[in-house]
Amino acid sequence: MSPRLLALGDGALTLEFGDRIDPALNAQVIAARDALAALQLEGISDVVPAWRSLTVHFDPLRLDRELLSRHLLECAQAKAQELALAGPRSGIPGRQGPTRWRIPVVFGDEFGPDLAAVAQATGRSEAQIIEALCATDLRVFLIGFLPGFPYLGELPDWLRLPRLATPRAAVPANSLAIAGAQAAIYPWQSPGGWHLLGRTPVRLFDVDNVGRPALLAPGDSVRFTPIARAEFERLAAAVAAREIEPAAWQAQ
Amino acid sequence: MIEILDAPLPASFQDGGRPGYRHLGVPLSGALDAGWLAIANALAGNPPATVALEIRLRGPRLRATQPVTLALAGEFSARIEDVAGQSRAAGNWRSLALAENEILDCGFLKSGIGYLAVRGGFDLPAVLGSRSTYARAGFGGIEGRAIKAGDSLKVGAGAPPMLLRLPQAPRVADGPLRVIAGPQRDYFSDAAWATFLDAEFRVSREADRMGLRLDGPRLTHTRSSDIISDAVTPGAIQVPGDGRPIVLLADCQTVGGYPKIATVIAADLPRLGHALPGQTLRFVEVGLAQALAARREAAAILAECIASMVPERAGFDLDALYAANLIDGVIDAQH
Repeated sequence: MSPRLLALGDGALTLEFGDRIDPALNAQVIAARDALAALQLEGISDVVPAWRSLTVHFDPLRLDRELLSRHLLECAQAKAQELALAGPRSGIPGRQGPTRWRIPVVFGDEFGPDLAAVAQATGRSEAQIIEALCATDLRVFLIGFLPGFPYLGELPDWLRLPRLATPRAAVPANSLAIAGAQAAIYPWQSPGGWHLLGRTPVRLFDVDNVGRPALLAPGDSVRFTPIARAEFERLAAAVAAREIEPAAWQAQ
Repeated sequence: MIEILDAPLPASFQDGGRPGYRHLGVPLSGALDAGWLAIANALAGNPPATVALEIRLRGPRLRATQPVTLALAGEFSARIEDVAGQSRAAGNWRSLALAENEILDCGFLKSGIGYLAVRGGFDLPAVLGSRSTYARAGFGGIEGRAIKAGDSLKVGAGAPPMLLRLPQAPRVADGPLRVIAGPQRDYFSDAAWATFLDAEFRVSREADRMGLRLDGPRLTHTRSSDIISDAVTPGAIQVPGDGRPIVLLADCQTVGGYPKIATVIAADLPRLGHALPGQTLRFVEVGLAQALAARREAAAILAECIASMVPERAGFDLDALYAANLIDGVIDAQH
């Protein structure tokens, strides 16, 4: 399927690359976003990458729709960028290369109340679940649902479970959760129907960091590292006291 | 300061919203009717997108601990109580000067929403460039929550250049809401599309700043009722598996997983903000050129409305109005 443009009302255009969840399509989305950012067009308010599409929110009184359409179809041809190990990040779309992250997680117990049930449903041990999850390079496909909420993928086939039949009214902030082929971390307490496996001390969204409020960006890569309860508590206290820079979570 | 004495129903702070952060999952937010926000602010002597209280159905009762100038945009039944306990009608669509310790009771609201602006704006911290309340993540406004009795709000200082009134109240347009066929129009049969355009829908009780769920004929999908999530926007009409459409509003999420049959054009979005449960809605399809013309027309109507404001006592003083930069500012706000 070749890229196509869809009208999302009179103030937004969606550039769609395909109809499946595929890291290659998502990489094209990010590449198109970067190419568009380089054009520095006036009249664009938001550029939103999703799984397999890029949406541009714009003011049609300031930016001609036909002109934007032509630019977007050209940007659709941009080559996907290599994953960089680290690099300066401004938080502004298109300004930096993708980054690798290592996110510490304490698994099980009150932090991951569904770990035992997930082990049972998949016929593995809790240790095997943790090991498999922490051995998987997860791609940040998009940020959505809540500020800073990353949709990560993809999980090994055997770890893909349907959502909970009854969603929880309140998932604690910083919970690591899985559903289907996806993993995520809830940056805020929120209702949620995913399986809770653990919790991270890492702050995923910081409203005081105006230039870069969300830690993760689409196109980034995430690996989880298991930590013990004492280490979680030490790191959580340090994060709360702002003694740890966000860059500390980048993979070395 | 303004002290909230009583807030029977939730009211939130809203300004021009939080554009530029939707790629991080942060909703746009902002006033459901940016035009009425601009009118309230013009009457209070403020730039058009200054933060104001957005009120539904019933407004708060508040006391001014210092002389303040306010304005109400909307069909309120507001009254002012002076220190002697005498009450007088406050009036809408005009600058209201409250003396120290006078009490304003906004009363009930006949229009769906209304705005209370105060000269100098409410002194609230900007979060990601906006003071708009965003409840789900608990930021903006007062820690992301609705106002409540006991809140004490610092306001900007000084009197406006002049007290103004709007000779003719603006009207919320009726007639069908204009839509553009949605990105997933092809998830619906031609029959479902015809139903969508022919039928009357009723706003259900599930109505808030995130969206309005509509009752009416079910819109059936020809394909799946799930899509791989993509971006949504205020005005987008999602149809989940149960076939009951949801019109998204300012606080909607940034992405969604339901097919979008259509999108209400920007010029008609404020009308959705005013819609109340029980109200009926109809939709009519338009093209992009018509949507663009409607945007221009809406901006022109708002600019005319603000230009039509006259001083409360003296004659019409257009120069002073220009000097206060109200007219130019409002046109910019539409961009």
